[in-house]
Order: sequence, then structure tokens, then C-alpha cells
Amino acid sequence: MADAHNAFVTRVEIEGAAEGPLSGATVAVKDNISTEGVRTTCGSEMLADYVPPYDATVVSRLTDAGATIVGKTNMDEFGMGTTTETSAFGATANPVDEERVPGGSSGGSAAAVAAGEADYALGSDTGGSVRCPAAFCGVVGIKPTYGLVSRYGLVAYANSLEQIGPLAPTVEGAAELLDVIAGPDEHDATTHNAGASSDYAAAATGDVDGLTIGVPTELVEGADDEVRRVFEGALDAYRDAGAEVEDVSLPSVEYGVAAYYVIAMSEASSNLARFDGVRYGESGGFEGNWNESFAETRAENLGDEVKRRILLGTYALSAGYHDKYYEQAQEARAWVRQDFGEAFADVDVLATPTMPVLPPKLGESVDDPLQMYLMDANTVPVNLANLPAISVPAGESDEGLPVGLQLVGPKFGEETIIDAAALLG
Amino acid sequence: MSDSTVDADEVRHVADLARVALDEDDVGRYADQFAEILGHFETLEEVPDVEAEPDLVNVMRPDEVTESLDQEAALENAPETEDGFFKGPKVS
Repeated sequence: MADAHNAFVTRVEIEGAAEGPLSGATVAVKDNISTEGVRTTCGSEMLADYVPPYDATVVSRLTDAGATIVGKTNMDEFGMGTTTETSAFGATANPVDEERVPGGSSGGSAAAVAAGEADYALGSDTGGSVRCPAAFCGVVGIKPTYGLVSRYGLVAYANSLEQIGPLAPTVEGAAELLDVIAGPDEHDATTHNAGASSDYAAAATGDVDGLTIGVPTELVEGADDEVRRVFEGALDAYRDAGAEVEDVSLPSVEYGVAAYYVIAMSEASSNLARFDGVRYGESGGFEGNWNESFAETRAENLGDEVKRRILLGTYALSAGYHDKYYEQAQEARAWVRQDFGEAFADVDVLATPTMPVLPPKLGESVDDPLQMYLMDANTVPVNLANLPAISVPAGESDEGLPVGLQLVGPKFGEETIIDAAALLG
Repeated sequence: MSDSTVDADEVRHVADLARVALDEDDVGRYADQFAEILGHFETLEEVPDVEAEPDLVNVMRPDEVTESLDQEAALENAPETEDGFFKGPKVS
């Protein structure tokens, strides 16, 4: 089958069990999730030929549930990007408008679902990488509470922030997929008993009568006018359905992007040290000693954004700068967590635009890294606070581009956000 | 104004620590970008002290031998191996 949007790095067909809740369904899997015997590149030249000897827990759960895996999807290299343009396998196009990016880093997963090339997809969300492409491609994406879904077999970028999450055309579909992958796993010590016998799909009713929705003003003020117009329209739909909408303030989120990037880059600088061209990764065979060979392997096989994050993470952890950047970022993370905790004492869910901007054109945002990082302002606080969030299509801009609504819930409050999101999709 | 003017020497130093070889074009470009990005990170200085949640505690379990990847599977992706070991460049 032709892949008009470059949504896949590798096409496969992995048959699932004969019967199960997902029998007959096709699922596309992000290419940083390990599949036994099928190369798993992370969108990087470094792992172009890496073939995992085992399946990620979520992959076994999909096939046990009867799903057929139809391919490994394109992504920003190692998950580092907001547009799926940093992939070593070329950019993915947005099926809604092929001149625009699909969002990232799980852009291939969102594009595959939006184009109907798979019924469902899995992505991973470290700072918005499921929700952003869901919003830009007009599909639904869920970032689960930290610990709800096993990360065993997910190639790590920033362990303390990331979760695997589902993408689907509808809220109910995404919830159904979450039911299959959620629950404890002996191979991931950070997993939790919540989700062991979940029925999130049954929660997707759209009943919001009496629900209290908080709107953090800090995360609305910075959004584009078109995004705000669609967002306000969605809030009206909630009011009409019996929900109460009130403004709340989360002063800590102004520091979210800085805190997120310091922590994510620091963790990345350590995690990506394993790609040395000796145990796996492109070798090597370079002249010189270990350090020289290692430095050359990484120079040749890692892309620009990945190097930038490794270097900045190394800087933030280095002698003389650790307290100034890393310690302060952890302080900000604690503040964000506290701010959300206080907000949920008064409201049931929080609503924001998922992305403050419409999908940019391909090539438009790659040359200004800080500008790209600031696009993540509304999604990263959720990862810092380890909370669940869903992005659901809220409507379209004047030019017909999709706008996503993000609903954030308290820890393990997946049922609440799924129920509320089902009003729109 | 930010006090994080990052010069080329600092970029070279951190690239050396991170074991990433850079050419001179990279060094200049990264120096400019790092100044801007670190300038943004410096806003973290305004973050107040927060009463942190209680420290996490270690959860222990008995150490048991279980099945795992065999040696052959573990070496499958290594560019070079010898006698069941990874083979790398000389250390110094």
C-alpha cells in the first residue's frame, strides 16, 4: 500500500490472537516501542538496523487482545520534536492539509489514524507527543497518568515524564485501546494497580451535567485568536450540556516549558549514552580510542535536535550549573504538582487548548528551537505533574484546520476526562 | 538581559563531556542557540521554594533468578562480538 503521508517507517503485518476485544482491528505502533523481530528505529540513523529481541509489554497486550499490528510509525528522532520533522526517515505530512506538519513527536501515529491507514495507534507522550499530533490531525489522543501503562520496551527519552498512550478517531475508541494496554506489569516497577480491570470505554458517555470545568487563564491567554475562538465555542457546548465553567489560576505553569526542557534534556543526556555503537547502534569501526570512537559514532548517527538536547542536558547537570538549572527545575516541578492539586480541590477537570497554535507549514519551525519548545506550553505541565489528559477535536479554524481541546484530570482520573471528552467526540 | 552568554569554548567543553564530536560550524550555531535557550531557562530563578511532598521510600523485594534474554539474543545487535562478548575500541 502506498504511504502518501510518510506515516510509517516500516510496514509489517503482525497477526494477533484469533479472538479478543480488538480482533479485526488494525493498530499502528510508534517506532520507539519495541517489536520482536521488527526493526525499531526511533526515527534515528543510529538505530536504522536495530531489531529488538523482545516485545514491549503494550505490544504483547495488543496482540493478545486480537489486534493486527500494521506498521511502525514515523516520529521525531527519539521523540525529540513537536512536528515529526526531525526524523531521519523524512517528515510526515498532515493528512488534513499535506503542506502542514502532523505535530509530534508521534506524528506518524496520528497521521496513520487520520488517513484511515490504521484503526488505532500507539504513541508516547513525554511532553505532549500524543496530544499535539492528535490535535493537529483532528483525532483523539490520551496521555495516561504516570504509571498506568507499562513502559517496558519503550526506548527511553525522559523516564520520569513519559507514558505510552492511544490515538483513535473517537474518544470511545481511544478508551477501548487504553483498556487493553493499562494495568500493572512486573517488568516496569513504576506501574500501578489502577487500570488492572478498567472499563474506560464504558465511561465515554459525554454526560457532563453538574461537572465543574476549570480554565487556567495562563494557558489560554497565549493562544492564537483562531484557536481561542474554537476553544470558547467548545466551552459553550459544555455549558449547554449542563457543566459549570470557571476560571482558575495556575501561576506555576509560566515556568513549565523551562522546567520541562531542563528535566527532559538532563534525563536524555544520560539515557542516550547507551548508543555507543558497541552494544547496539551504528558502529564505529572508527580509529582511535573508546572516547574518540564513541564521539564520532554519535556525531555521524544522531540528528541536530538530539545532539542539541544531549549537550544542553549535559550542561544543565555539569559542575557549577546543576543547582542553577536542574535543582530549580525540580523545584518548579513540585510547584506545578502542588498547583494542580489545589485546583482539583475545586474543579473536576481542567480545560485548555491542546496547542496554542494551528499546525505550522512543513519547514516553518525547524530553525528556531526555542520557538518550537514554546509550542509545548499547554502540554508539558501535565507531564511534570504526572497527570492524565486527553486531546479531543474541538472544531476547525476558518481555513479548516483542526483545533484540539485538552482536558486534564486528577491522578488516575481517566474515567472523568474520557466521559467529559466524549461530549465532543 | 541574560547573563548566559555561551562561548564556543563552553560548547566544545560540554560536547567533550557528552562525547559528541562537533565541527566548527556546529560549535558556532550551538553557541548562539544555547545562549537563547539558557536565557529562557534562567527564568527558573524566580521559582519560589516549595514545600516538597514526602520523600519517596524504597520498596524492596527478594532478589530472585528468573528467565531473561540469553547471551546470543543480547549480542544480536552488537556490530562486533568475540567469544560471546561485546567488542569495543580500546579504552585508552
